[in-house]
Amino acid sequence: MATLELRGIRKSFGAVQVLHGIDLQVAEGEFIVIVGASGCGKSTLLRIVAGLETATEGSVLIGGADVTRLEPKDRDIAMVFQNYALYPHMSVFDNMAYGLRIRGLPRAEIEGRVRRTAEMLGLGDLLRRKPRELSGGQRQRVAMGRAIVREPKLFLFDEPLSNLDAKLRVQMRAEIKRLQRRLGVTSLYVTHDQVEAMTLGDRLVVMNEGRAEQVATPMEVWREPANTYVAGFIGAPAMNFLHGRLCEEGHAVDLRAGPAIALAAPPASATEAEVTVGIRPEHVRVVGNGAAGAIPLKVDLVEPLGAESLIHGILPSGEGLTVRASDCSPLAGTTLPIVLPAEHLHLFGGDGRRLRLAHARGAAAPVRVGA
Amino acid sequence: MMHGPVSTTAAEAIARAEAAATRADASRRRADWLTHAILILGVALFALPIWIVLMGSTHDVATISRGEVPLLPGPYAVENYTAAWAEGSARTTRVPVSAMMLNSFVMAMLIAVGKIAISILSAYAVVFFSFPGRMLAFWAIFITLMLPVEVRIFPTFKVVSDLGMINTYTGLIVPLIASATATLLFRQFFLTIPDELVEAAKIDGAGPMRFFKDVVVPLSTTNMAALFVILFVYGWNQYLWPLLITTTGDVETIVIGIVRMIGSEADTDWHLVMATTVLALLPPVAIVILMQRWFVKGLVETEK
Ligand SMILES: Nc1ncnc2c1ncn2[C@@H]1O[C@H](COP(=O)(O)OP(=O)(O)O)[C@@H](O)[C@H]1O
Ligand SMILES: [Mg+2]
Repeated sequence: MATLELRGIRKSFGAVQVLHGIDLQVAEGEFIVIVGASGCGKSTLLRIVAGLETATEGSVLIGGADVTRLEPKDRDIAMVFQNYALYPHMSVFDNMAYGLRIRGLPRAEIEGRVRRTAEMLGLGDLLRRKPRELSGGQRQRVAMGRAIVREPKLFLFDEPLSNLDAKLRVQMRAEIKRLQRRLGVTSLYVTHDQVEAMTLGDRLVVMNEGRAEQVATPMEVWREPANTYVAGFIGAPAMNFLHGRLCEEGHAVDLRAGPAIALAAPPASATEAEVTVGIRPEHVRVVGNGAAGAIPLKVDLVEPLGAESLIHGILPSGEGLTVRASDCSPLAGTTLPIVLPAEHLHLFGGDGRRLRLAHARGAAAPVRVGA
Repeated sequence: MMHGPVSTTAAEAIARAEAAATRADASRRRADWLTHAILILGVALFALPIWIVLMGSTHDVATISRGEVPLLPGPYAVENYTAAWAEGSARTTRVPVSAMMLNSFVMAMLIAVGKIAISILSAYAVVFFSFPGRMLAFWAIFITLMLPVEVRIFPTFKVVSDLGMINTYTGLIVPLIASATATLLFRQFFLTIPDELVEAAKIDGAGPMRFFKDVVVPLSTTNMAALFVILFVYGWNQYLWPLLITTTGDVETIVIGIVRMIGSEADTDWHLVMATTVLALLPPVAIVILMQRWFVKGLVETEK
């Protein structure tokens, strides 16, 4: 158990810069999930922490000690790989014991630790099997077990669940969370799956093209995304983005698609009038015909999800909008009146950054009627 | 009545299908027959010379000298084999076959083991380490593939004789040990070992030697076994190099021994030549049979 600190990590492969300065502080026992689209540099970052790759610039501190120049084996870490990387010719027992043997632990202690860990993971009966005689889920557990017996300062996971089928993935996800809580080991977990990220992480690092776009708790990332990239990446279905213009000195936003919407407070730092207005599909309200301020949505496609439906439509401005609504499944081609509640609007400036409202913390405060 | 036409059609369809099946059966039987005929012919072509040698080794020298090709066993088997084994063909070389077999066995064994040891280590270096001149080393190895022993035989001979290694095991074996082919085979195999496995071992704290011993070698056993069989047979059948390097009987191999035994047409002990030939066949056959399971596994299976 230890803290982890990354300071200005940069990495280039030849002329291509993959990481553009990542800073991160992880508290003891914290579970950090690094999430981002594939190719954004998540694995590279994790491998730099592991010592499998050297950073071009920046330093890595584990438990306050600078380990930037240390070999992986001297960093006291354990890693779980996407394809598990079990030694194919060794039994489950030997796979788990190998690292301990190299470190010269007494035979009895190795035996005890491996058995205890195997019991904890439900692998007690499989210790003599070879990896190829195991199912995908069991292999995954062995890979976890190999990390756990080491009793490291830091767990590193590189998409450990992506090779499992959907059902097993959900099951193992919960199990990983439970194990991490129980063992209390500081963990860094890489995934491209936002659901995995939201459910597992104490905090998320949302990465895009080698930059950490936002570091915050899952709820914070969802409620107050730092920019359009994060807003579009986290949440399913993705947030809708519409063109808008600030008017009335920032007290309202005039949508290209429809009427102006009054804001609780003007944005604190808006320098230009043009803004991007974001709203999540589940926050769009379907209203009755003729309701005041309603925008007509021309329904294009309806996807029933059971309790709810996803309604894809076109606004009068030609912009697309997705609505997630319960007890409403209009026919394609009909027109659906909708309202965008002011308290659920997210405003982003021309550079994509979130515009915070003055005096208001978090999402906009309840709307002042008739502003 | 209403079902009449339908069932008639169905019956016809079934009959047609059955007829088609019978025809297919017949043509399959013809194909089987042809396949077998070709296979039997092939086996005969390969086996007949061996059969003739085997039978020839059980007759006396007179029968063969008369120009007969015996196809049935004769009464002299025990005599011929003991003579060959213990004395050899006294008229041409004075070395008993047992000594030549031992020489051949030592040579084939050391060549096979040596080639495997050297090539697995070179492949390990080329695949898992980055050092200056790595690709140069690889291409140098690759290019020597195109230079068979025969091409570089005179310079090699010069070096070996200058070092005073004529008529020694060292001179016989060492020049044959370097192997580009085996290095390339191991390299191809090592490239299929996933990077993550190497990294997992690094994190577990295994250094390069440990990783080699604990992971690379165990994973390569089937490949090594398959290569061993091929290289043993290769070593056993070496002809040109031993011919140059052995001038006395001390390190003479059996392949050379057979050639020297034949000497001139007139005074060849053909019955002993045949017996020696049969004896010379046995060790490679034994190795192939013993290692068959591993050999096939190594060729077919990739255990990962
Ligand atoms: N060893 C390498 N050499 C060159 N480029 C690399 C290397 N490793 C990764 N990259 C590049 O760095 C980028 C980030 O890779 P990676 O960290 O694996 O992304 P992620 O894990 O987020 O999918 C990719 O564009 C990839 O092509
Ligand atoms: Mg990756």
